[in-house]
Amino acid sequence: MIAAGLSALWSHWRRNPLQVFTLIAGLALATALWSGVQAVNAEARASYDAAAATLGEGQYDQLLPQAGAHIPETTFIALRRAGWLVGPVVEGQVGAVGAQVRLVGIDPLTAPGGLGPVGGTSGMSLPEFLEQRPVFANAATAAKLAGFIDAAIIIEPTIAPDTAITDIFLAQRLLDAKGQFSRLIMATQQPIGRAPLAQVAPDLIRRAAQGGADVARLTDSFHLNLTAFGLLSFAVGIFIVHGAIGLAFEQRRAMVRTLRALGMPLRTLIALMAAELLVLALVGGVIGVCLGYLVAATLLPDVAATLKGLYGAQVSGTLQLRPVWWLSGLAISVLGTGVAAAGALVSIARMPLLASAQPRAWATARGRARRVQILVSFGLLTLAAILSVTADGLVMGFGLLACLLVGAALALPLVLDGALRLAQHFARGVTAAWFWADTRQQLPGLSLALMALLLAMAANVGVSTMVSSFRLTFTGFLDQRLASELYVNTQDAAQARALQTFAGPYTTEVLPLLSVEQSLAGLPAEVYGARIGPTYRDNWGLLDATPQVWDSVEAGEALLVNEQLARRAGLWVGDNLEIAPDTVLPIAGVFGDYGNPIGQAIVAEPLFAALHPQVRATRFGLRTNDAAGLRATLTDDFGLSAQNITDQAQIKSFSLAVFERTFTVTAALNVLTLSVAGFAIFMSLLTLTGMRVPQLAPAWALGITRRRLGQLELVRAVVLAVLTAAFALPLGLALAWVLLAVVNVEAFGWRLPMYVFPRDYAVLGLFALAAAVLAAAWPARKLARTPPADLLKVFANER
Amino acid sequence: MLLTVTTLEKSYAGADGPVQVLRGIDMAVAAGDTVALTGESGSGKSTLLHLIGGLDTPDNGTITLAGQAISGMDDAGRAALRRTHIGIVFQQFNLIPSLDVAANIAFQARLAGSFDADDADALATALGLKDHLRKYPEQLSGGQQQRVAIARALAAKPKLILADEPTGNLDEATASEVMAQMLGLVAQTGAALVMVTHSPRLAGQMDRELHLRQGRLA
Repeated sequence: MIAAGLSALWSHWRRNPLQVFTLIAGLALATALWSGVQAVNAEARASYDAAAATLGEGQYDQLLPQAGAHIPETTFIALRRAGWLVGPVVEGQVGAVGAQVRLVGIDPLTAPGGLGPVGGTSGMSLPEFLEQRPVFANAATAAKLAGFIDAAIIIEPTIAPDTAITDIFLAQRLLDAKGQFSRLIMATQQPIGRAPLAQVAPDLIRRAAQGGADVARLTDSFHLNLTAFGLLSFAVGIFIVHGAIGLAFEQRRAMVRTLRALGMPLRTLIALMAAELLVLALVGGVIGVCLGYLVAATLLPDVAATLKGLYGAQVSGTLQLRPVWWLSGLAISVLGTGVAAAGALVSIARMPLLASAQPRAWATARGRARRVQILVSFGLLTLAAILSVTADGLVMGFGLLACLLVGAALALPLVLDGALRLAQHFARGVTAAWFWADTRQQLPGLSLALMALLLAMAANVGVSTMVSSFRLTFTGFLDQRLASELYVNTQDAAQARALQTFAGPYTTEVLPLLSVEQSLAGLPAEVYGARIGPTYRDNWGLLDATPQVWDSVEAGEALLVNEQLARRAGLWVGDNLEIAPDTVLPIAGVFGDYGNPIGQAIVAEPLFAALHPQVRATRFGLRTNDAAGLRATLTDDFGLSAQNITDQAQIKSFSLAVFERTFTVTAALNVLTLSVAGFAIFMSLLTLTGMRVPQLAPAWALGITRRRLGQLELVRAVVLAVLTAAFALPLGLALAWVLLAVVNVEAFGWRLPMYVFPRDYAVLGLFALAAAVLAAAWPARKLARTPPADLLKVFANER
Repeated sequence: MLLTVTTLEKSYAGADGPVQVLRGIDMAVAAGDTVALTGESGSGKSTLLHLIGGLDTPDNGTITLAGQAISGMDDAGRAALRRTHIGIVFQQFNLIPSLDVAANIAFQARLAGSFDADDADALATALGLKDHLRKYPEQLSGGQQQRVAIARALAAKPKLILADEPTGNLDEATASEVMAQMLGLVAQTGAALVMVTHSPRLAGQMDRELHLRQGRLA
């Protein structure tokens, strides 16, 4: 019985290969975009974890040389003798030019706990490590090292990409740096009463831990955006699948009735249909995962460069085939198929055996189902409106997104029907009246594809608005934060004083960089002392401020806080904040501080000096009209080493260039999503072509030529695409608002201002029209060439 | 007795309340018996046929086929009874459009696990379908499609054939030809036949005629 049932069910697909193609292609595309994005994210996160786990980067304070590239071994020994719990690290590049590997040597006996590969997946014990002195690296890095080092390489998958770790003495030999260290890592707990650093090692400076999780946290925004794109693409793909399954099930209603009449139990039938869908989902999933791998492999180098440039996060540019990733890709394919098919399966299960087997409109249900759709749409949009005001937490933010998108998609047929009804009302001439009426009749069959187009376009408008707004904001942010043309480090307070005197004639402003870490409003934060002048007044854009903000801050009567601190502490302009015992100041302004994980407050330099007299500025920002000249003067005449001068203008242009590269990834995803929607329209139109003959035959018989009918089909697709695009624009802007004003705020504590880009939207609209025309061209041509014999069959009742 | 129907009642929900379609039907059909169910449109002929075939469930009364009470069975039980003991021939043919003629003929027998290639071949030959076995239903005329449906019903070697106006969609000459072939083959297999028809001529070819009027046997 099972075999006979399966053969009957499969025979449908065999006879309708276009449907199988649509279904599998929809699944494959949905899975590809989703799993591709997930692969990129997984690879990046794995790299962060690897870096944090193997090197402890960002987790520990470090001692670095003030001048020169190395720390002498004698300095390390002196520190240990003075009670400092430090572990030496030496690092350098090895390998072929263009494929160099960062070789890191550590001393496992003095390195802070948990550092290094010892005890990793290799299971090597400390004595074995010391005896064998192997080099640990992941497989890709090991391949790059082969032939360049004369040491045993042990594959350790958890090591960060393009990084190799070994014993410090071997590393010194391989790097030709005998007796030298690059930096010293400090254990978290240090003995009390040890001699001060300035006394034991005056040439070293201490760099505070940056927080190992910070890199992941900083990049979360980027990954969240990619994930949102993947999810939307997946949703668009699932609309295609839903349409294909719905059509296939509608066309098989008669077969289902016959199978049951001939003795196949309903449960068996449902199980067989579920099984066939499972097989199709797995096939589509496998193809999708393979395509996803290609998508990820194509995008990853750009993403890696972006993350490295923006956040300093080292991400492997090579994609690994992780079992968790491809298994989850298959799972999402099966899950998506289940969601898309659930309604159809329930409908089959509930269909009375004697129900009419005549095919009914296969997409949007009419009558009661239509009313339910309208009610659900209205309910979801109402819920979205409520959530837009009350949403609290990231989950609620995504809930708002889901309500908005699904609600709008469900409302689309109603909106289109209303517009077409209006057009029909004002139509002149019999052909026009028939065209609008016929277009309305086509709506149920096309509505799923149009919903897919709506989601794709709204996603494009929403995400591109968010990214472009981010770009504008980020540019302003860089101008604000990297306003000084040069940044210099001095060795001590004396050199700092000398520098200020020396640089005066060559600069327009000298800005000391003063800061202390402290708790503000019970939250970890930094307090900065700023020399208020033209740089701050002209460059710093504030999110909100009192009218005389800079005057009051300069006078020491008020302070500024960053957005993160303001939102987390529930403070805003006009509220008071205690920055020291008995020192409470009003907040005069709130500034955007994108990417900073902790709170920040800014007070005037004199007030800072009064509150923290022990802190002296050793770093300065220098404003000048001749950065190159000043750099030369500082090195040649003042004697500052080149390492202590940073050209921030170069950093800014580099950051902007990297940021632009980020948009390359977004643009690629935009095109992919829109392509999926175009494919959905194409398949829907092609499928409907075969079902259209009974409706077109009377029009043909009454005098409209086949060529004219084909042209009208093309016009129909364009009209529907235009109407959908018109609906997608406000939806996309609403989506952008939710992403910027709700999701970003909930996720990262800052709100990005929203800008609109009419030209970009117009270009997108043209792309959508082009997609619709391309999608409709072949089906229209096919209709125009329908043989008269096929049209006549309609009247002969032989179809 | 192969089939026994006792005090069968069935009603459907109508716009103005329940519509009583069958009002206490009693009938019996022996093996090899051929029975015509006649009556005006809406008299309950098709409903009675559907209830006997387990395609629908009665409100009251019992139906017993080959010693098994259909009215007490669940969906799976009724489905099992249909595929092993009942062959159904519909007015609209109800062939599986994606299967060719040979697969359609074999289908119910395969479901029942009683497929015999020689029997199917003999049926195809007897019904003049031998040259059409690789064709699909859409490539056949109405008469040919109904022959395929008859062959499908007989290939499963059922004890009871239920036919709902099997020649209703055929012209008179084709209808006579198809009817003659069906009666001949039913007689060969020894199955009983219950057929709904509006045609007094076709009803006259059966052993008995049961006439329904307003839900009752006249």
